[in-house]
Amino acid sequence: MCGIVGLFTKNPSHEARLGELISAMLVEMTGRGPDSAGIAVYRNPAPDDAVKLVLFSHDDDFNWQHLAKELDAELADKVSLEVRASHAILVVHESFEQIRRWLRERHPELRLMSAGHAIEIFKEKGLPEEVVRRFHLQDVQGSHAIGHTRMATESAVTTEHSHPFSTGMDLCLVHNGSLSNHNRLRQVLRRDGGIEFQTDNDSEVAAGYLTWRMSQGASLREALEAGLKDLDGFYTFCVGTRDGFAVLRDPIACKHAVLAETDDWVAMATEYRAIARLPGAENAKVWEPAPAQVYSWGRAA
Amino acid sequence: MIEIDLRETPVRALNQRLHDLRPDSNERAFRVLHPMGAHAIAVGVTQPVEIEVDGHAGFYCAGMNQAARVTIHGHAGPGVAENMMSGRVHVRGNCSQGAGASGRGGLLVIDGDTSSRCGISMKGISIVVKGSVGHMSAFMAQTGTLVVCGDCGRDLGDSIYEAKLFVRGKVESLGADCVEKPMRPNHVEKLARLLAEAGLDLDPLEFRRYGSARRLYNFHVDHAASY
Repeated sequence: MCGIVGLFTKNPSHEARLGELISAMLVEMTGRGPDSAGIAVYRNPAPDDAVKLVLFSHDDDFNWQHLAKELDAELADKVSLEVRASHAILVVHESFEQIRRWLRERHPELRLMSAGHAIEIFKEKGLPEEVVRRFHLQDVQGSHAIGHTRMATESAVTTEHSHPFSTGMDLCLVHNGSLSNHNRLRQVLRRDGGIEFQTDNDSEVAAGYLTWRMSQGASLREALEAGLKDLDGFYTFCVGTRDGFAVLRDPIACKHAVLAETDDWVAMATEYRAIARLPGAENAKVWEPAPAQVYSWGRAA
Repeated sequence: MIEIDLRETPVRALNQRLHDLRPDSNERAFRVLHPMGAHAIAVGVTQPVEIEVDGHAGFYCAGMNQAARVTIHGHAGPGVAENMMSGRVHVRGNCSQGAGASGRGGLLVIDGDTSSRCGISMKGISIVVKGSVGHMSAFMAQTGTLVVCGDCGRDLGDSIYEAKLFVRGKVESLGADCVEKPMRPNHVEKLARLLAEAGLDLDPLEFRRYGSARRLYNFHVDHAASY
């Protein structure tokens, strides 16, 4: 049992309310996932020659200012920093590979939550309401966001085990369900795909799988469709992309999912009651995504 | 009509009030306002009252219903009218999975479509779907009748026992041990009665009947004396 929510805004007036709306949806899914919660929000795109990272530290007193200065001095100048609770958003004018190498060498204790131009992932243990408050998610503005409330069934309850999982630049995955072939698949992806995993979480394997498929040249849709063959288990996935999001349910489709659309927004949730919080929901077109079918929305689409 | 607004009254309080009704109560009709997809609205009602749900309902709406007439003016989430005993549940919109699951009696009418597993393990309920149903509908259906005016998804009636299935549209595929069967006069009569009860003016002869080939049974009636 877990809860998934996603919201894609179609106009600027709703962009200003993105944090408020997605937070209400997330809190409504508390009963499905009281262990931990997370959100990926797409906002404030970094310049083309820069990369935006979100880092997490277990140490509440970690000196992020000092880290930014170090980066500034040793790697790239013009580093911008925003701290939100245990996470920090850094925009660095340097290639992602360079920064990642530097972080591994200098700060192996830090965890990379997300990387890209627009994506920011925040996730923590605790009730969704607390997570929303801690990260001030209600104030966040942006084009779209996906969120997850977790009731763990397959692995431990930690920040690293929480969703969303980054699946590459500006991509992330949330999952409701459980995968049965994740151990073998993790081994294969580590050995043959060079994919790194931070935890023993089954959903992280699905994220790693999509990362690997797309590194081989697959589009997101192709990667998800290939997942129908390679991922064994129950799932409703929601994948955040730079321009929107995509939804896929397994062929058995036991894991709930509902989609809704108005002229102002597209929303996805595990249960309709999360969507009912949105303005105009009562007149939205509401439907259940069919099994084994990829749905996607995006500004470019 | 007694109006109960779920923005002010918790679902538990609504259900308690419905459960406390006595046969001689003069509270006969209720309107539930702002359901907001809440779960378990009007479950376990045992009195023949009218209940109108004014919007989309969440999971298990009107579950275990006995005698009440419940109308949902919107869509319904998973397990609407699950384990219904009697009475009537009418969904004006679409339903999610497991509509009428394991229902034992009464009539469930759905104006729209349902997703997967409509009538799973049904045990006597009558279900009339004006639209289409998703995959694995009537899975392990034991008794009762499922009428689908539209199409059926894959694996209709998988491992079916003695439920009767009538389908007007296309069937993507039949599940294990489910076969097409001839429409006899008694089936036409039964279907005509159900269609009329559901307020549908359709010719029963446009429907095909499906049921069990009885090849998966452990128990074989010819051997009844041996047990």
